[in-house]
Amino acid sequence: MIEVRRLVKTFGVKPVLRGLDFNVKAGEFVALLGPNGAGKTTFLRILATLSRPKMGEVIVAGYRLPGQASAIRQRLGVVSHQPLLYGDLSAEENLQFYARMYALHSHETRIKEVLKMVGLYPRRRDLVREFSRGMQQRLAIARSILHNPDILLFDEPHTGLDQDAAKMLDELLIEIASGGRTVVMTSHDLPRAVKLADRLDILSHGVIAASIHKGDPEMLDFPELYRRVTQDD
Amino acid sequence: MTSAESMVIEQTGRFGQLRNYLRAVGAVVWKDLRAEYRSRELLGSMLVFAMLVILIFNFALELDIRTRETVASGVLWVTFAFAGTLGLNRSMGVEKDRGCLDGLLLAPVDRSAIYFGKMLGNLIFMTIVEAIVLPTFSVLYNLNLINPGLILVVILGSIGYSAVGTLLSSMAVQARTRDILLPILLFPVSIPLLLAAVKASNGFLQSFEMTEIMPWLNILLVYDVIFIAVAFMLFDFVVEE
Repeated sequence: MIEVRRLVKTFGVKPVLRGLDFNVKAGEFVALLGPNGAGKTTFLRILATLSRPKMGEVIVAGYRLPGQASAIRQRLGVVSHQPLLYGDLSAEENLQFYARMYALHSHETRIKEVLKMVGLYPRRRDLVREFSRGMQQRLAIARSILHNPDILLFDEPHTGLDQDAAKMLDELLIEIASGGRTVVMTSHDLPRAVKLADRLDILSHGVIAASIHKGDPEMLDFPELYRRVTQDD
Repeated sequence: MTSAESMVIEQTGRFGQLRNYLRAVGAVVWKDLRAEYRSRELLGSMLVFAMLVILIFNFALELDIRTRETVASGVLWVTFAFAGTLGLNRSMGVEKDRGCLDGLLLAPVDRSAIYFGKMLGNLIFMTIVEAIVLPTFSVLYNLNLINPGLILVVILGSIGYSAVGTLLSSMAVQARTRDILLPILLFPVSIPLLLAAVKASNGFLQSFEMTEIMPWLNILLVYDVIFIAVAFMLFDFVVEE
């Protein structure tokens, strides 16, 4: 579903990604881990077509970047640590706006469906600026799945959430990932990533330094492996 | 067909693509107007600022009626340019502050649709401010500004200012010093537009012959066309990292 080969990205002269290779199968949930500044967000922004790589090959859902970016965007849902929502619009209006941007048909039914899914249907007419951080993040998930994408990219979605809100978000992530969607999530939270993902990739020095599948023996002492791989970062 | 494709309205052919494009432009305009109706932050600040500028000029320049006629168009366009810059900064700032610009850029539409949506929104806000400023200006300066020729100049000038301003504000918004950066970028680039607008407005206010006004109207028209075309081609590169 996602194929990345020899990806290079620099900011000025500073290299962030140095020939990164990365593959994700359809329906897989991959957690991308790494210390601050490792390039996780940069990598996710390239996959999301928000940033242009310097070199390398990126194929998402069979479409190649940058030429077929629009076709890729149609198949992507993105949740970042910012909710990408307008505070002066209600929850429903935010989703109506995005439904128009994605040219969705019968969007009223779909909006109702996703709002019920994230538990915000009773608050649909409230302004987003009045929502708690947890509610905004749930609405961000509703926004990301509005057009029923095949691939979801989550960039540290738990940032700023309290324990209850984070737990609720986990349940939602499991629910939407169980629908056969491909998920790539960046995180700093090792226990949460171990719980949610099928595969854990560690990004270090601009490349994938380790890749562990659920059930691999290394998973038993993953924190130690993570510490060893990232100690020079 | 993938699940994502099945949700999207089937719009094949050029006509279908154009409909999707216009739908996206309309969605951005609708969103900006709706948000502004709730907050009244942008129009409020633009209006207060514009009123203060014309009041200050009115008291600062204690002029006779003849001199007033000659300086009025300059004061008018300084007011529009200052108030417009304030609106342009705020309009793009809202998108950047909450990361909403990324939300817009993630939509599967040609990114120029986002540009035209934002530009039209800015143009509507500028036009509302101008519709209130013009009669107020007429009363304070004792001049009749409700003149079809002058209104045409105001429309052409505002289109050009919104076109170039929206493009430059989407550039400036990426910088930490965006509030300072936008006027620094915008004012030099808009000199030909402001000059032509001032001269054409002055021509209509002082009832010059059309042959004297036409060259300035032509400059305004050409400026509008050039900058809309430039923005159409460059917006994608400006907003992408």
